[in-house]
Amino acid sequence: MSGYRISRRTPESTVGLIGFGALVVVLATLPWWDSDGSLQTPLVAILYYLALAQMWNLLAGFAGLVSIGQQMFVGIGVYGLLQMAEVGGVDPYVAIPLAGLLAAALSIPVAAFAFRLRGGYFAIGTWVVAEVMRLLTTESNDFRGGDVRALTRESLGGYSLETRTNSVYWLALALAVGGTAIVVLVLRSRLGLALRAARDNEGGARSLGVSIGRAQLVTWVVVAFWTGCTGAVILLHTTSTTAGSAFSVTRWTALVIFMVVIGGVGSTTGPIIGVLVYWIIDEQLGDADAWRFIILGGIAAVMATVAPKGVYGLIQQWRPLQFFPVRRSLAGGLSTNSPPQSAEPEAVVEEGQ
Amino acid sequence: MEWVNAIVQGILLGGLFALFATGLSLAFGVMRFVNLAHGDLAILAAFLAVSFASTLDVNPFVTMALVVPIMAAGGYVLQRFGFNWSIGADPLPSILVTFGLAVVIQNALLEQYSADSQGLDVGSFETRSIEFTDDIAVGWFPVLILGVAVVVLVGLQLFLSFTRMGRAFRATSDNPSTARLMGINDRNIYAVVMAIAFATVAVAGLFLGIRQTFGPTDGPAQLIFAFEAVVIGGLGSLWGTLLGGIILGVAQTVGNQVDVEYNVLSGPLFGHLIFLVVLAVRPSGLLGRRQG
Repeated sequence: MSGYRISRRTPESTVGLIGFGALVVVLATLPWWDSDGSLQTPLVAILYYLALAQMWNLLAGFAGLVSIGQQMFVGIGVYGLLQMAEVGGVDPYVAIPLAGLLAAALSIPVAAFAFRLRGGYFAIGTWVVAEVMRLLTTESNDFRGGDVRALTRESLGGYSLETRTNSVYWLALALAVGGTAIVVLVLRSRLGLALRAARDNEGGARSLGVSIGRAQLVTWVVVAFWTGCTGAVILLHTTSTTAGSAFSVTRWTALVIFMVVIGGVGSTTGPIIGVLVYWIIDEQLGDADAWRFIILGGIAAVMATVAPKGVYGLIQQWRPLQFFPVRRSLAGGLSTNSPPQSAEPEAVVEEGQ
Repeated sequence: MEWVNAIVQGILLGGLFALFATGLSLAFGVMRFVNLAHGDLAILAAFLAVSFASTLDVNPFVTMALVVPIMAAGGYVLQRFGFNWSIGADPLPSILVTFGLAVVIQNALLEQYSADSQGLDVGSFETRSIEFTDDIAVGWFPVLILGVAVVVLVGLQLFLSFTRMGRAFRATSDNPSTARLMGINDRNIYAVVMAIAFATVAVAGLFLGIRQTFGPTDGPAQLIFAFEAVVIGGLGSLWGTLLGGIILGVAQTVGNQVDVEYNVLSGPLFGHLIFLVVLAVRPSGLLGRRQG
């Protein structure tokens, strides 16, 4: 079998990575050349939505965990940072990863309940847990989630407005790029292989000794951490919150689901496409909030039936492009004594990316 | 005595939850389909009743004769020409389709009727009650709801057990491909199931609208209560659904009483916690069959 090798790289993945790297550099330097903030201001929300979209997609598209309770991790991040900065006097930037860790820690007992349910009932189960957290936050005298609470100047650490505006932007960029990188790294690891094996054939994966429950739990905790960090940055961006907005199912889960479904569930590129499509639609609609949800929800519902792999899936049907090097394929082998089966020089051994 | 009253009211409230849960339980039992728009459909039915009652100038009870068949027909068409496409081994498409539908219904109602709360006024019947003691009074209307819930569940159970169509339901539930070989049109069966689910949830939505005020965004809460009733009672058991609804109802009214006396927890929160306890201790539900 010498001469064969397993490769994840494709020509367009090299182009894709260079293009992605260049885009990140352009975006990272944005505060210096976009002085009036006409791009920077809308981009903050777009970028943290990309982070949320990548995380939901990792759960639903790869780990088989269709969660409608992502708002619980955002809410934990928001109130985690609020309490640490307001009550504990922790520097808000230090509090971001701590809020993420809090979300990750709380995600484990949540999993103990929610993982007992499957499919559609898992979806509603996570929603119930998020609802319980919203109610507890609302009714608690410590969190006072029923009131509007804002970060005061002191708890913002005395940084200037410009520093805060730019740092929130860079943090949102880091969350988006890091979120994408997490998905790519998870998919390239043994964990990702286990998840996809389980997704494609659960019984087969089990019989080969794949511990599906463990792989799902690890993914769940990673997603909770990153979503919690995103929630904390969202609070730094908005600086005030209520339990209703921090634990909002429409904002932090429904919109995110629609973006991913339109872009393409179960691919790394799909969420990026979805977020861009959302941005375009959002710019057209302005303040028409109900119509935004009717249009996005309608498109997502129709796409889920007629084009379950979203826009990215449609592109793939036209031409199988692979922008992120996550899928293994068998290459080479023609120059040596090729066995008769190798008539096809390149065979994709792993489907579904 | 307040506590006894809370329990009595909770049992009656449980009738409403059971009625909400019936369609969810049936659709899951026959086709493993979870409709996330279930609660929003109930609210949609209540809004339809508001519109019919005002344009036709009739009692909301009368509008039931219009709303329930319309919803049932809608359920049949939607399943036959929409949801059926998303049914398969992978639950993801059906979750996404129904969740999208849920958000569309909520926002379409918001656009059409505004965010204001609405109510269905059926006259004095709504408030009439039998007083047992000074503290315990049972309203006729909650008794009617519980009665309807029991009749619907018993009727459905008899339908499943003794009719040709009911047998086809059970056969399709057990093994759709074998059922198909026996000449059963499973896509038609699924559409009939959804028609029944829509009809029952329409009745539940109308009762809810008579009982209390409601707004366009109240659907998800009703979905969650229905789901909790199904899981507490046990997946795939219609009697379990009735029991689950009653337990949830009692948990909520007792929770409200706790809130009144001790100012901790609220009704819905207490209900959620009872649900989580059942999920932790007995994940297959109280009357559910054990499953792997």
